[in-house]
Amino acid sequence: MTKTLRIVLDVLKPHQPNALEFSSALADLGEDYRVKLTVTEVDKKTESTIVTIEGADINFENIKNAIEKMGASVHSIDEVEVCGTKST
Amino acid sequence: MIFNKKQLLLHVLRARSIARRYLFTNGFDGSLTMLGMVTGFYVAEMKDLSVAISACLGATVALFISGLSSAYLSEKAEREKELRELEQALLVNLKESDYGHASRYLPILVALVNGLAPLVLSLVILLPLFFAEQLRSLPSSPFLNSIFVALICIFSLGVFIGKISKQFWLWSGLRTLITAIVTVIIILLFGLSI
Repeated sequence: MTKTLRIVLDVLKPHQPNALEFSSALADLGEDYRVKLTVTEVDKKTESTIVTIEGADINFENIKNAIEKMGASVHSIDEVEVCGTKST
Repeated sequence: MIFNKKQLLLHVLRARSIARRYLFTNGFDGSLTMLGMVTGFYVAEMKDLSVAISACLGATVALFISGLSSAYLSEKAEREKELRELEQALLVNLKESDYGHASRYLPILVALVNGLAPLVLSLVILLPLFFAEQLRSLPSSPFLNSIFVALICIFSLGVFIGKISKQFWLWSGLRTLITAIVTVIIILLFGLSI
């Protein structure tokens, strides 16, 4: 088993919920989640964002579901940091 | 916190401001209609209260159904259009997202507000007619009492809208009250000329 420590996502989201509400909703998914959201492009109805999530054990499926629930979509996983947990 | 599901849904499509707008618009519409009807009955010196109550209740039910159906149909069409446009912009299906849920849930909420606002206000305005027997000891006619209640309701709606727009509540209330008084004067003039 591996644990995901950091994940960087390219997310296309609607203007509402706004960046603060959006990232706070993601941070609420895990006790130790730290979320950083950078808006890279603003369109008439959408915002392109880079979302960085850090935590001791990030659950990607939960994050993806929450993002889709808020009307946004994950375009790509741009960066990950994982660590193995198997003891030798 | 905004992340409570219902609050998020409300937030997503600014439901509260829409519902408030409908509450005032149709509440004012209903109150003014009832004011017009009871003023008309007063001018016509209607003696049979049951006829007046039946006519007013008929109008109240019509206002309720009209408010319910018109808001539901228009708001549903508006939300579906907005959802389709957003789906095209995001290139995803939003049916299961908060936007999708809001576009189904919001027209119902708005329709209820739009239908119940004139219904509740009209029934409050008609209270003096319902309790005419008990109010007979009062010097004025039940229609005059109803007109007075209608003016209070309309003034209250003005105060409500004044609080929302952060204007001086008294001035805002007086503006709607003046509209109602002008309506009453026009009906009285019509009544006298017939």
